[in-house]
Amino acid sequence: MIEGYNFAYLDEQTKRMIRRALLKAVAIPGYQVPFASREMPLPYGWGTGGIQVTAAIVGRSDVLKVIDQGADDTTNAVSIRRLFANTTDVATTERTQDATIIQTRHRIPETPLREGQIMVFQVPIPEPLRWLEPREAETRRMHAHADYSVMHVKLYEDVARYGHIATGYDYPVVVDGRYLMKPSPIPKFDNPKLDRSPALMLFGAGREKRIYAVPPYTAVRSLDFEDHPFRIEKWDESCALCGATDSFLDEIVVDDRNKRMFVCSDSDYCQTRRAHGHGPATDSQEAAE
Amino acid sequence: MYVAVKGGAKAIEASHALLDQARRGDPATPELALAQIASQLTLSVDRVMAEGSLYDRELAALAVKQARGDLVEAIFLLRAYRTTLPRLAESLPVDTDAMRPIRRISAAYKDLPGGQMLGPTFDYTHRLLDFALAAEGKRKTVEPVAAEPQADCPRALDILDREGLIEKVAESDASPPDLTRDPLQFPAERALRLQNLARGDEGFLLALGYSTQRGYSSTHPFAGEIRIGDVDVEIVPEELGFAVCIGEIRVTECEMINQFQGSRDLPAQFTRGYGLVFGEGERKAMAMALVDRSLRAGELGEERTSPAQDEEFVLSHADNVEASGFVQHLKLPHYVDFQSELNLIRRIRADQTREAAE
Repeated sequence: MIEGYNFAYLDEQTKRMIRRALLKAVAIPGYQVPFASREMPLPYGWGTGGIQVTAAIVGRSDVLKVIDQGADDTTNAVSIRRLFANTTDVATTERTQDATIIQTRHRIPETPLREGQIMVFQVPIPEPLRWLEPREAETRRMHAHADYSVMHVKLYEDVARYGHIATGYDYPVVVDGRYLMKPSPIPKFDNPKLDRSPALMLFGAGREKRIYAVPPYTAVRSLDFEDHPFRIEKWDESCALCGATDSFLDEIVVDDRNKRMFVCSDSDYCQTRRAHGHGPATDSQEAAE
Repeated sequence: MYVAVKGGAKAIEASHALLDQARRGDPATPELALAQIASQLTLSVDRVMAEGSLYDRELAALAVKQARGDLVEAIFLLRAYRTTLPRLAESLPVDTDAMRPIRRISAAYKDLPGGQMLGPTFDYTHRLLDFALAAEGKRKTVEPVAAEPQADCPRALDILDREGLIEKVAESDASPPDLTRDPLQFPAERALRLQNLARGDEGFLLALGYSTQRGYSSTHPFAGEIRIGDVDVEIVPEELGFAVCIGEIRVTECEMINQFQGSRDLPAQFTRGYGLVFGEGERKAMAMALVDRSLRAGELGEERTSPAQDEEFVLSHADNVEASGFVQHLKLPHYVDFQSELNLIRRIRADQTREAAE
């Protein structure tokens, strides 16, 4: 552990302040609780909200997993995992089912979460109405009145203009039938995983100084219209490494002639499938499909 | 291919080694000592202390060295260190009336009690590169003539105050809000706004202050008084019950005199804009005073029409640690989000093609 710093970097008073905000957030699902966010040794916008939440809840017996874009080995995930390894000495893992705390940027793991697990999301902009109304005083009033008409109008305008709701990630949801919430920039593919999840979902926005939460088994509904129901992304391809057809696929350009391959964004999911003998779909299978 | 895109740990280590090498520069040249930075790059150190919100010359010098002279990065380093420090006590308000000035000027009066004292300023230098400085240690220096220490140096604005020509300062014994302990919330009172501006980015405030001089909500400012000097910092330890001085800090204070039309109920009088920063930071203190005055638009019944009057716009974007982090986070991978957008745009285009064909 690094000398001269407290367990998990933050001092105990700060952790207590964050835990109070977390308790309030859990008590009012989807409500953004202002908290006295601190400067962290990583830059704002690089996960300081998630890092502060993790620092406030992590204990010596926890097992921590950190992912970015679904993968454990992306540079910023490595950097955050290293920060906690250096300041807490807690065990870290890449296996979703072994983790008690999973800090994430932009994904929810494909492996279903279980009771007792905590997801910590890094949130850049917590306010779902921000692009429609830049002023905080105004958006807080709109939340207080549950006045979300501007969002419905925006989605309607998308449908009128493009024939679709033109939001691929950070797709707005309503939590427990009350608060409009940004799920952080996860692809809408992951939105259904939030609904009635057995795991606790905590969201930390460091620069914007907000914390919010979705408690276990809470209803989370993605906004849609009766004649334009919410739908998640689909791929014609399967994972080029493990053959998965049910996971979020990253598109990788492999040469300068537009040739590309698709692979699971969730590196643990892909790795586990390969360990169980799954491989790429063979040509004969593809031909059969 | 797949591994090359991800796989971070080794790359990070190698990058840190390169950074260390780049920071050190040519090993044939002597390494910078902190004392050299603290005593010869004083204004860099001052800016890092001011926007880093931590008055410690040595740590600020270390931050400048570690950041390869990138002051915003150095400010970030100091802030991240500051956040780990315990809050031992709250000081009494510093008394800038009792400042021991090294510089004191007023642009509103030709002369005034206490006099005009230029001090070490770039103001009347010709900005000609001094090649003699390039030849180390071969420079003749003129011994400065020490100014008479000013025993009594009343504020320029007090002269107006005695005539009732400038608004009274609203006095309050309430503890000021603390930006570092409570999140910024709107509307923000003036004490909180000043706190935000004091640690705000100098460049941002400079541009905003400048905008008010170019018609974006003019405030007709006069530099009533600018003073730079040392002030005592006092605390009242609980077990003693009286104030003790724990040290002195150098600060720059700027009081602007701004025009105000008055109303039927209120006789015409000048209004105030205020700036105070750690160290010698005259440009920042002046810009801060301009922006402070602009942000008082609501309180003074002025219509808010310009960015510098918009407190959410100004206060939410003044912090360069926040701004630098969020702008640069665009370097982080966004391939999942981008994939979602690709998916969506392809679907929309496919639909459009199909519809066109039908």
